[in-house]
Amino acid sequence: MNHSPAPPPIGLAPDALPVLRERGQREVFCGLTSIVWLHRKIQDAFFLVVGSRTCAHLLQSAAGVMIFAEPRFATAIIEERDLAGLADANDELDRIVTRLLERRRDIRLLFLVGSCPSEVIKLDLGRAAARLSARFAPEVSVLHYSGSGIETTFTEGEDAALAALVPVLPREADDAAPSLMVVGALSEIVEDQLARLFAEIGIAPVHFMPARRAREMPPLGSKTRFILAQPFLAETARGLMARGAQPIAAPFPLGAEGTSLWLGAAAAAFGIAPAALSARLGASEARARAAMAPHRAILAGKHVFFFPDSQLEVPLARFLARELGMELIEVATPYLHRQHLAAELALLPPDVMLVEGQDVERQLDRCRAAKPDLVVCGLGLANPLEAEQLTTKWSIELLFTPIQGYDQAGDLAELFARPLRRRARLRI
Amino acid sequence: MQLTLWTYEGPPHIGAMRIATSLQNVHYVLHSPQGDTYADLLFTMIERREARPPVTYTTFQARDLGADTAALFKNSVRDAYTRFKPDLMVVGASCTAELIQDDPGGLAHALALPIPVVPLELPAYQKKENWGASESFYQIVRACARPAAAARPARPPASTEGRRPLCNILGPTALGFRHRDDLREIKALLGTLGIAIGVVAPLGAAPADLARLGEADFNVVLYPEIAHLTAQWLQRQFGQPATTTVPIGVGATRRFIAEVAALSGLAPDAPSVTAALAGSTLRLPWYSRSVDSTYLTDKRVFIFGDATHALAAARIARDELGLAVVGLGTYSREFARDFRAAAETYGVKPLITDDYLEVEREIAAAEPALVLGTQMERHIAKRLGIPCAVISAPIHVQDFPAHHAPYMGFEGANAIFDAWIQPLMMGLEEHLLTMFREDFEFHTAAPPSHLGRHVPQASPPAANTDPTRWADEALRELAKIPFFVRGKARRNTEKFAAERGISPITLETLYDAKAHFSH
Ligand code: SF4
Repeated sequence: MNHSPAPPPIGLAPDALPVLRERGQREVFCGLTSIVWLHRKIQDAFFLVVGSRTCAHLLQSAAGVMIFAEPRFATAIIEERDLAGLADANDELDRIVTRLLERRRDIRLLFLVGSCPSEVIKLDLGRAAARLSARFAPEVSVLHYSGSGIETTFTEGEDAALAALVPVLPREADDAAPSLMVVGALSEIVEDQLARLFAEIGIAPVHFMPARRAREMPPLGSKTRFILAQPFLAETARGLMARGAQPIAAPFPLGAEGTSLWLGAAAAAFGIAPAALSARLGASEARARAAMAPHRAILAGKHVFFFPDSQLEVPLARFLARELGMELIEVATPYLHRQHLAAELALLPPDVMLVEGQDVERQLDRCRAAKPDLVVCGLGLANPLEAEQLTTKWSIELLFTPIQGYDQAGDLAELFARPLRRRARLRI
Repeated sequence: MQLTLWTYEGPPHIGAMRIATSLQNVHYVLHSPQGDTYADLLFTMIERREARPPVTYTTFQARDLGADTAALFKNSVRDAYTRFKPDLMVVGASCTAELIQDDPGGLAHALALPIPVVPLELPAYQKKENWGASESFYQIVRACARPAAAARPARPPASTEGRRPLCNILGPTALGFRHRDDLREIKALLGTLGIAIGVVAPLGAAPADLARLGEADFNVVLYPEIAHLTAQWLQRQFGQPATTTVPIGVGATRRFIAEVAALSGLAPDAPSVTAALAGSTLRLPWYSRSVDSTYLTDKRVFIFGDATHALAAARIARDELGLAVVGLGTYSREFARDFRAAAETYGVKPLITDDYLEVEREIAAAEPALVLGTQMERHIAKRLGIPCAVISAPIHVQDFPAHHAPYMGFEGANAIFDAWIQPLMMGLEEHLLTMFREDFEFHTAAPPSHLGRHVPQASPPAANTDPTRWADEALRELAKIPFFVRGKARRNTEKFAAERGISPITLETLYDAKAHFSH
C-alpha cells in the first residue's frame, strides 16, 4: 500500500482522462451492505451471512432504521469454538439453515453470503451451498457469494449476488426470438415505467434481472441482449456473456439525457430507427426536463465534490454536470470500470478530476481546501462535514430511492438540490 | 455458530471505539477491512456527533493478505501519529485482523513513538461490545493513572479536614444510553451534596486527566458494565472505594445519596444531605400515588436490557409504579450471577441470553401489557401489538433526544414515569373498551387512542379453530375481552377445562375459570 507522502501516481483512462489512483484508508461499506436493499427486492429470498459479530452489527446499523418488517437476512456468527475446531463448521451451518428454513417457510432462495472471516478461514461456502441445495430441493435452492470487505465494496455485493444467480438462470432456446434483459436491482416503480417505455418503442420480450421472485428469474441464451441499469455489475456482465448473452453498451439511465441514450442504445440493438424513437420518447424527455428545471436553477454553477461510495459517482457526475449545470471539482469512485463506463466517461468535461480508490484523510484535506457547495459522501462523513459548514448529500439514499428513468429525473435532481435549499432556508 | 437476526451488542472493538471517542487527545488505529468503517456512522448518525471518531482503519484488502499487512499497519500508525498528534494511541485488531495475527501491539511498539501506546487484545469471537469497552477503559486507565502526589491522610472523613470531598465519575461514554443527561444530573446532585468532582471518565477526559484519577477520595461508578473493572483496579491501586448503587429510580437515588454521603464523611443529617434527599423537583412518588395511576396496579411488564438498566427497571416497576414483573432478562452475561440473584426476588426465572428469537418467544408467552426493553424489544413489541418503552442500549437515533432526558437521579425518575406510562392505555379508556366491546369503532385490537400510529399486527383472532372445545356463545364472550388479556383468558380457561375434563367450554366454564384464576 502506498502511504508515503510522495505525489500520488497519475494514470490515464483509455479516453485520456487523467485518473488519480489512491490507496490509503477507505471509508466505504463492504459488499454485505447491498443485502439491505436486495433482501427486499427478491421477495422470497433470504440472505444468510456467514461471518462475525461485526458483520451482523454492520447490517443492523446500516439497515436498522429502515427495516419495519422482519428482515429476510441474518448472520450465522462464527464463534471461538468454530475456530478452535470444536464444532464442525459445516454441521453448524446445516443446523442453522435448517432452523432458519423451518422458521421461514416462505423462502425459496437462500444465499449463503461469505464475509472477511469466512474467507480468511477458507470456509467453503460453495460446497455448503451445493450440499444444502441438494438437501432442501426442490423447495429451496441455495446459492453463495462473497460480500466480504476484503473483496467487495458496497454495491459490488449486489454484483456478486446477481453473478451467483447467472449460472442458474433458465436456459433460453437458441432459436428463441431476441429478448432484452435489464440487469440491476431497480425499484418496482422504475421497472414498471421502463417496461412501458420498452413496449412503446417496440422491444419485446423484456425481462428484469433480478426478478421479484426466485422462480421468475429470466431466461438466458445466445439470443439474449442485456443492458446494465447499474454501473457496478462487472462480474454479472461477465457471467452473462460467458453464457452467450450480448451486451449493449450505454450510459446509465440517470437524468433525461442518460435515459434517452440508454433507451436509444437498446433500441439500436433491436434495429429500431432513431427517428421512430425520438418521436415516441420526445414527450417523456420533455417532461423530465421540465421536472428538473426548478432544481437546475438552484444547482447550476454550484461546485460538487464526490467521495467514493457506490460506483454511481461517474454517471451522477455526468448528470449533474450536463443536465443541471454543476461544476465538478472531484469525482472519486471506489473502482473505475473503464469498460462499463466508457460511454459515461466520454460525456464528462475534459478537465474533470477523477479519483479511483481512496485515502480518506487526504481527500478530506482536498475537500476542505476546495470548499465545494455540495459534497456527496457516505454516512460516516456527512455530519462531521456539515459541522464544518459544508453541505452534504449522503449517498446511500441513491440506492434506496427510485432515481432511474425519465419520471425520476426530477426527483434525482431534487435529492441534490434539497440540502442546498435547506441550508438556505434555515434561520437558526 | 449462532444464528442472529439482531445483535444486542456489537463486537468488542466497538466498545474500544466508544472509549476512544469519549476520551480527548487519544487516537485508535484499528487493523480491519474497509467495511468495518461503518462504525463511524454509529457516532456521526445515531449519536449525531459533530466529529468523526478518532479512529484510523487500515482497510486491508484481499490482495494485501498475501503481501504485507503488517507493514500496512505500521504505516497507518505512523501516518495517524503524524497527522493527529495524539497524547496516547490505542491499537488493536477487529475480527478479521485477529485471524491474520499481525500483533498490532508489537508492531506499534517497534515504532518507538514518543507517546504511550496501549495495545488492546479484544477476542472478537468470544467477547462483545460492553466487555470491550470495559477492558479498553481499564487498560487505558492503567497506562495513565498515577497515585495522588501527596499521600492522602487517613480517610474518611474528608469533610472534617476542612476540604471538600473529591470524587471521580466513571462510566459515561460516547454512544451510551442517556449517558450525556445522566452525567448532568449526577453532577448536579453531587454539587448539592457539596462534593467536588475530580475527573469524569472516559467521557471528555484526556490522558492527563486520567493521570489525576488517584487524587480523588472515591469513585462514583455510574455504569458497572463499563467502569466496574476499572473501579476495582483503582480501589486496589489507590485505596479508593467506589459506589455500588446505580441511581436509577427514586429509591436507588436515595440510597445512592446515602452511600455517597458516607463515602464523603458527611453526616446523614447534614444540611446538604437533607437538601439532596428532598429532591424538590421529584414528582414520581406523588404521580404514582395519584388516583389515576391505580390502573397501573399489577399491570404485567416484561423487562429486558443490559444488567444495570434491567434490574433498575424491575425495581422501579414493582416498588415505585406497582406493576407486576412477569419477565426479567439481560444480555449482559458478565453480570449473570448478580442478575440471577436479583431476579429471584421478583419470583421470575431470569432470562440470560443474547438470542433475539428467544427473547421474542418469551415475551409472546408472557403476554405482558408493557415491554421495557431495547430497540430490539421495540421491534418485537410492535409486532405483538404491545406498548413498549426503551430502557437500555442497543439504541437508535431516537434515544438521543434533543431535550434533557436522564434516567438517573430524581429528574430521571420523573422522565421514567412519563416515558413508561405514555404508551399505556389510560385507565378510563381501558374500562370503556371493556364495557363496550361491540362498539364498531372498538375493533378487537383497538389501540390506545393517543398512539395513532400504534397498530397491533399479531393479535390472534378468537376464531373457533376447534368447535368441539368452545361453544359459540362462550367464544363470542371471549371476543369481548380486550385483546391484551384475551390470550391469557383463553389459555387459562382451556387449562381449567382440560383439568376438569369439561368439553365444550361454555359461558359457565368461562366464568368459573375467571373466578378460579382471580385468587
Ligand atoms: S468488512 Fe468484512 S468483517 Fe467487516 S462487516 Fe464487512 S464482511 Fe464483515
